[in-house]
Amino acid sequence: MRQWFKDVWEGFFTVLVGMRITWRHLFTYPVTLQYPTVKWPLPPKSRMRLFMKFEDCIGCGQCVRACPVNCISLKAEKRPADAPPIWAANGQPIKLHVAVFDIDMSLCCYCNLCTYPCPTNCIYMTPEYEFATSDLTQHLYRFAKKDAVFITEDPRKKAAAAAPAEAPASPAPPAKPAGGVA
Amino acid sequence: MDATYEYLVWLLPGAAQWPAWLVVTIITALPALACFTFMAMGPLIYVYAERKVSAFMQDRIGPNRVGPVGLLQTLADTIKLLFKEAIFPKKVDRKLFVLAPLLVNVGAFMPFLVIPWGGRLQPADLNVGVFYVVAIASLSTVGIIMAGWASNNKYSLFGAMRSAAQIVSYEIPTMMVLLVPVMIVGSLSLKDITEAQYGGLSNWFLFRYFPIMPVAFVVFFVAGLAETNRAPFDIPEAESELVAGFHTEYSGFFFACFFMAEYTEMFVLSATASVLFLGGYLAPHPALQYPHLPFVGPVPMGWFWLWFKAWSLVFVMMWLRWTLPRSRVDQLMHIAWKVLLPIALVLVVVVGGLVLWPATAGGFFWDRWVAWPLTGLLFAFLLYVMVRALQWNRRRARELAA
Repeated sequence: MRQWFKDVWEGFFTVLVGMRITWRHLFTYPVTLQYPTVKWPLPPKSRMRLFMKFEDCIGCGQCVRACPVNCISLKAEKRPADAPPIWAANGQPIKLHVAVFDIDMSLCCYCNLCTYPCPTNCIYMTPEYEFATSDLTQHLYRFAKKDAVFITEDPRKKAAAAAPAEAPASPAPPAKPAGGVA
Repeated sequence: MDATYEYLVWLLPGAAQWPAWLVVTIITALPALACFTFMAMGPLIYVYAERKVSAFMQDRIGPNRVGPVGLLQTLADTIKLLFKEAIFPKKVDRKLFVLAPLLVNVGAFMPFLVIPWGGRLQPADLNVGVFYVVAIASLSTVGIIMAGWASNNKYSLFGAMRSAAQIVSYEIPTMMVLLVPVMIVGSLSLKDITEAQYGGLSNWFLFRYFPIMPVAFVVFFVAGLAETNRAPFDIPEAESELVAGFHTEYSGFFFACFFMAEYTEMFVLSATASVLFLGGYLAPHPALQYPHLPFVGPVPMGWFWLWFKAWSLVFVMMWLRWTLPRSRVDQLMHIAWKVLLPIALVLVVVVGGLVLWPATAGGFFWDRWVAWPLTGLLFAFLLYVMVRALQWNRRRARELAA
């Protein structure tokens, strides 16, 4: 009998305790983030979709070799000898004509390994993550451009001419930080 | 009905000369129509409220896209449900399948006939009001069993059978506890029961025979929760075990019918509990019954008070639903037969004795001293928890900013 009363009281009282908790939560702010309109701030160096700046690519293929899943396909050939000399933004002369530079983002494992060996830092990961498509083939990004406008003047010479007094010792302007855009 | 007749004659003085059949049709059809419109609009609000309350209790936002703060969400859902195809599986018993949701609705809507909304705002003051409510409310169980059987689906039938077992069990404590206010008043009419509680908060039956009637109220409320198949007693439609229980096979309009019935039953139960224990349409203080407003004069507030009390209880039901996990079948039976029924029996005997004994026929002498302090304490506690929650909010906002 005593046990019965104890159990009934316990059942009743614990319900009240639970109700107190839910009552408290009735007035706490919702934690919902209204996603398409509000987004979490991404951590710095978030690794999302790959991007390649075609104008800076020298076609060395180091990213292709670094990729563990072979999602980058590159086809490069020697530029004709009579073609005007062109340079990447950090002063590397571009000797190869990059005909194909495809990244299949459906294969990419977001490891960021391709960005480290790039001598011109032209391939990097962007914080862009909303690229879902209804068709898998749309994840194949073709970066090779027919109408790319290259730098036709040696950037190193240009920099030296612009600021000869300030920095005569440093030949190259500081490179873009590898890997990420915050 | 007399009130409606007088109103009709006051509105159209010529109506006194109209043929009797026309007058009867009008004065029966008008209240019915008014009631039905009122009731049918109800679920629109209940569903919205339920979704919002559940969202807030789970620290979510809830529907907020359709209309301002999501107010039109239920309307959109209703329209969607009405325009959806009503799918009839191949082997259902079509007649019963169609009849079941309608019957459930009958059981849900008919009790509104006797619920008093004010001195004369009552469709019909039956002298067997309480009995009528209980009898009619059980009709929806027949509908549920019908739905489960007609669906020709094992989960539906499981749900229906569980519902039957549940209702049969919980009818008994409900009826027993219903006897308690009925014994005090000596009448089954809901209006008489309400009027017997006149005189403000301290005269409500909730505070009569102080530690006894609150127990009766809790027993009635818990048993009522089980009878309306609400959580934590919603095992007939336990979605983790039985897909959706008895309405698994329903779609479109018929599903909407079940939904409407469930929420209407909630309201009916709350309104009945308000009438029996919380003074129905009576205000917490007699001065608030017909408050004198400047330039307007006395305003009848009975409808507001019943509405307010019933809604508070509906809120408590939602609150419980989002607090407690679903009980098991054996726990359910345990609560009905081993907890609620003994308590109800003791209540009937004890209150019966107290009513018969002249010294305590009108309640204990301390009854009128407990009501206000207790209510105050309850609301103070809720306010305290609320303020603490708001403080917690501010602290968290500061932490997030830092």
